[in-house]
Amino acid sequence: MASADVMHGNAPHGVPHGDGEAHASVRGYVTGFVLSVLLTAVPFALVMSGTVPAATAVAVAIGLAVVQMVVHLVYFLHMNRASSQSWNMAALVFTVIIVAILVIGSLWIMYNMNVNMMPGMMPVDAT
Amino acid sequence: MFGKLTMSAMPMNQPIVMGAVLFMAIGVVVVLGTITYFRFWRQLWSDWLTSVDHKRIGVMYIILAVVMLLRGFSDAIMMRSQQALASDGGAGYLPPEHFDQVFTAHGVIMIFFMAMPFIVGLMNIVVPLQIGARDVAFPYLNSFSLWMTISGAILVNLSLAVGNFARTGWLAYPPLSELHFSPDVGVDYYIWSLQVAGIGTLLGGVNMITTILKMRAPGMTMMRMPVFTWTALCTNMLIVAAFPVLTVTLGLLALDRYLGMHFFTNAAGGNPMMYVNLIWIWGHPEVYILVLPCFGVFSEVIATFSGKPLFGYTSMVYATICITVLSFTVWLHHFFTMGSGADVNAFFGITTMVIAIPTGVKIFNWLFTMYHGRVRFDTPVLWTIGFMVTFTIGGMSGVLMAVPPADFVLHNSVFLIAHFHNVIIGGVVFGCMAGYNYWFPKALGFKLDERWGKISFWCWLVGFYVAFMPLYALGLMGMTRRLDHMDNPVWHIYLMVAAAGAVVILCGILAQLVQLYVSIVNHAALKDVTGDPWNGRTLEWATASPPSFYNFAETPVVLSRDSFWDMKRRGVAFHPPVHYHRIHMPRNTGTGFILGVLGGVIGFGMIWHIWWLVLFCLLAGLAVVVAHSFDEDRAYYVPSGEVAEIEGRHFQQLMPQAGD
Repeated sequence: MASADVMHGNAPHGVPHGDGEAHASVRGYVTGFVLSVLLTAVPFALVMSGTVPAATAVAVAIGLAVVQMVVHLVYFLHMNRASSQSWNMAALVFTVIIVAILVIGSLWIMYNMNVNMMPGMMPVDAT
Repeated sequence: MFGKLTMSAMPMNQPIVMGAVLFMAIGVVVVLGTITYFRFWRQLWSDWLTSVDHKRIGVMYIILAVVMLLRGFSDAIMMRSQQALASDGGAGYLPPEHFDQVFTAHGVIMIFFMAMPFIVGLMNIVVPLQIGARDVAFPYLNSFSLWMTISGAILVNLSLAVGNFARTGWLAYPPLSELHFSPDVGVDYYIWSLQVAGIGTLLGGVNMITTILKMRAPGMTMMRMPVFTWTALCTNMLIVAAFPVLTVTLGLLALDRYLGMHFFTNAAGGNPMMYVNLIWIWGHPEVYILVLPCFGVFSEVIATFSGKPLFGYTSMVYATICITVLSFTVWLHHFFTMGSGADVNAFFGITTMVIAIPTGVKIFNWLFTMYHGRVRFDTPVLWTIGFMVTFTIGGMSGVLMAVPPADFVLHNSVFLIAHFHNVIIGGVVFGCMAGYNYWFPKALGFKLDERWGKISFWCWLVGFYVAFMPLYALGLMGMTRRLDHMDNPVWHIYLMVAAAGAVVILCGILAQLVQLYVSIVNHAALKDVTGDPWNGRTLEWATASPPSFYNFAETPVVLSRDSFWDMKRRGVAFHPPVHYHRIHMPRNTGTGFILGVLGGVIGFGMIWHIWWLVLFCLLAGLAVVVAHSFDEDRAYYVPSGEVAEIEGRHFQQLMPQAGD
């Protein structure tokens, strides 16, 4: 999308990257890719092999999923704490708020629904 | 070879469906024939299908929206007539299995393929002009978004001729939408048309946010942005936050249906209620995605035609931001009756009432803008005033249903149908029509006919009340939604009135088509030579009508809000710049169109389980993307001489006016 920079109304022509965006490197992408594969393969293997109890596997999978998100943000979306990234930071804060509302809200809703609508029943062995 | 697809997928034995298919086929043949007759193919390809110009892409979005409005409205009039005929013991003419497809298609088409493209089209045309930019941030991505949306729309309409559509209602709740209860391709058409179009919508959101944050003219701070641009920014933030939830939810449903998983099934530990929870996490922000830009349209229209700055600009901006965040905190009010208990219901009932407050702030801002203004009652203003009255009534019925005990009585009744049509027609459709009449001269260079515009408005307004007020009454009497036939003589008269209202709305739509026709025929008389037909306040009116493909010969410098008004007051508007510079512009590319077609074919292959076709198109798409990424020659310079010539023609047109 080279045209983004050059059509920037007030940017000088021929300057390929303005605004202090973090630069991508092959090294960064490879690191990110390897980490993502590991973070996907480990929980998958845990569940498929069945060596750990189900509750532990779920907890580990959720934990690694959160790490996975951070890896994507840092290595693929180039988030860092540079001051030039104020809009990126604002977007991250907005995203975290929204995701928190959705996850906590969903857990609260589904928990209350199970308590109210299925008293005395385990949710899994309903069949 | 062709998966589940056989000749029996064509519904040859259903005369109504085949009639519609025949009608559609004739329409397509007429359009293609006309293009061939006028030898328009080459120009169509080079100027439109491959265009990356935000204005042309916006116009194509709105053409899609208008065509889909006609399709969705024919579904509506079928439902209204069926219920009118089949409420007094009669059988009507639509069997349940067809009726269920009609109401599902109506909802899906009106939300995803009428309202969304209309909104996206308006934002595409107007936002870059309002912020003084030459195009959107990613023009090629913009073209790709458009063609993915169109592919999704074609898939929905294809289901009429090949196979069938979902019979599940517009949100395809499981367990009904699971393979066990909906074994045919209807739900698959639903899933894949929305997934294909959803990619376009999401990427369009990314594009628009980048454009607004990065490409504003010098001097245009956030608090100097026109309100429409503000609402566009908030809407696109909602798109980027909410549409992934839809994609994942439909993806999980697809996994259930295609790979035998159990996310939302009744059996094996699945939980259909989780689907309802997830789909409304997307669904409630979606209604604000639709209505926020319309609030922006009304703000622009009311300020322009009152000849005053918008009352309470700052409060309008903060109200918009409040709505953006709060829209993610109310979703449970769509399923109070699911049984999460008093605590949860009370919380979401209160948040729902709270979100009405910033909306109320806006209504008062518009009213105070008109107060002591010299209001001109052109067509866009009529739509705006019609909106204020209608939307307030719809909002109040919404706050009524935000009370959980009241909702237990009204849930899934036609009272709800009346409520959301009251806000979506009164808010979104009226907003789109106001924007259409307001920015038409900017997009195409001539005004729309006022007489037919006003006729259309009055038909829509009266038709809306006649069609939906009886539904409020019917809902309170206990009529539930989606009834194919019923035997209750008391309801019959209300449904007859509602059907009559739908006919009045039909007159409104026909009047709009006549308006378009009459305006095209009289375009010489209606021509807008100044580029500023309404005495506008914001930067889009500083360009010629239609704007040249590079929008601004010289990037405007913004010193205040309502910057074009400010320029006119300082006497610097309508003056040619001293020097012209060469302008860097993106080249047209057919890649977006090709990828859109491939996306549609992938959807079709997924629906009918034609795996080789899916694989082939995926690989082809990948090849096209990679090939395009090696194309370094994507932009070029418009020489300053050409710019001077184009601008010279515009200023020559302006001279007689300037001499007055």
